[in-house]
Amino acid sequence: MISIRNVTKNFGGKNVLNGLSLEIPRGETLVIMGRSGCGKSVLLKIITGLMSADSGEIWFDGMEISNLNRKKMNVLRRKVGMLFQSAALFDSMTVAENVAFMLDQHTDLDRREMHKIVDEKLSLVDLADVQDLRPAELSGGMRKRVGLARALAFDPEVIFYDEPTTGLDPVTCTEINQLIGDLHERLQVTSVVVTHDMHSAFSVATRMAMIHEGRQIAYGSPNEIINIDDPILQQFILFGAPDQILNMENPILKEYLGR
Amino acid sequence: MEQQSTIHEAPPGFPDLVKIRLHKVLSEVGHAFTLFFQTIIQIFRPPFQFDLLVKQLLLIGFNSLAVVIVSGFFTGMVLGVQGYIQLKPYAVEGSVARFVCVSVVKELGPMITAFVLAGRIGASITAELSTMKVTEQIDALEVMGTNPVKYLVVPRFLACSIMLPTLTIYSTFAGIAGGFVAVVALFDVNGSFFLLEVQKNLFVGSVLISLIKATSFGMAIAAVGCYKGFSISTAGGAEGVGIATTGSAVISLIAILVLDFVLNHILFNILGMV
Repeated sequence: MISIRNVTKNFGGKNVLNGLSLEIPRGETLVIMGRSGCGKSVLLKIITGLMSADSGEIWFDGMEISNLNRKKMNVLRRKVGMLFQSAALFDSMTVAENVAFMLDQHTDLDRREMHKIVDEKLSLVDLADVQDLRPAELSGGMRKRVGLARALAFDPEVIFYDEPTTGLDPVTCTEINQLIGDLHERLQVTSVVVTHDMHSAFSVATRMAMIHEGRQIAYGSPNEIINIDDPILQQFILFGAPDQILNMENPILKEYLGR
Repeated sequence: MEQQSTIHEAPPGFPDLVKIRLHKVLSEVGHAFTLFFQTIIQIFRPPFQFDLLVKQLLLIGFNSLAVVIVSGFFTGMVLGVQGYIQLKPYAVEGSVARFVCVSVVKELGPMITAFVLAGRIGASITAELSTMKVTEQIDALEVMGTNPVKYLVVPRFLACSIMLPTLTIYSTFAGIAGGFVAVVALFDVNGSFFLLEVQKNLFVGSVLISLIKATSFGMAIAAVGCYKGFSISTAGGAEGVGIATTGSAVISLIAILVLDFVLNHILFNILGMV
């Protein structure tokens, strides 16, 4: 569905993305992992058109989008939902107004229809009776849920999650992970999750990719990923993944633990 | 070896520092003008969101009315007192009404209003937009297919351009009233004479000059406020918001003074308006 080909991005002489190529298949939940500063969030910003790549191509549903004008990009963005790291809720609006924002901007629906959709999307993320609250009155987990309801409001084909569990307590993290998994099953959307939280990654992924120094160094299903003999990947998994996930027979892991 | 050569690299000399600084300033000016022209284009592009404009008009206009009237009133009082004291030795203290009227209408009315709004509204626009930038709310707008210039800048720009001349009318009247109160109450000047002199010296051309200046100041305040709000990086944090807000107020004040000089030159010297 989304194909990233040889994308480079340089900030002040530092190559953040260094010829990155990646495939995001339709209907899958792809988790993009990598250490802080490896370019995961930059990649999301490039895919969503918030930032332009220095070179390379981004294909979305058979269309090259890296040089689209704003008007065409905005049409494309209606197929996309994004949950930001900080939820990025509009703090001057209520929860209901936040969730209804895209409907208000891009449709002619009347208030009653919008209200119905808002209720439906909030119930999808297990929230009720919060419509009239302001973002400042919500907890971190609730803010993420509202952000997710807002991302779902326009029935997107793809949802991007930027560090969905960052800053949340372990219980809320688990709830958010379950929610991502549930939504994937119920709505059959393509999901792209950027994270360095291994618990979250192995909870939601149907496919995983590891980025290191601006390049993809591993790609596959979670089962394939834990068997790949790459020291950087295995070290990353060892320090972050739940114990039951680790493949203790992996020679790299054995060697690492034996030291 | 490579590290050593980096350590011994000579620091940039004064001409290089000037060049770097100049490049930065010119680049900022370029970006500010780009935002300004994008705003002008977006004003005429549908959809027109009047609800956002009305909200900003109320926020900028109604909430600033009291402070603008008070500032105008006391400026007029100061002008009246100073004018009378300076003119009396030449036995032309009767011209104090003309002095107050012309000064307030052509110069101080729009200027004081603009100064008040630069501090109050320009800084608040920057604080609001830069906070939205830091908390990724502007990115969220973009991802949801809404143009942030159209949604955030256009209503603020239009509201400032409309409300500044409107508030200038109030501050001008308050200024003349302040001058009247000060001169009549403190000195031996006849109230009817003062009002008659004001009436004689209040020309349509003068009011037009005042409104042209006020509109230009309003545009400048909104443009600077929005640009400084947008120009902060997401990583700027609370410190970045503070720096941007202070910068916005300072640049707006300087822009108003420079613009006032340029407009005076164009309106009085080139176009010959009086």
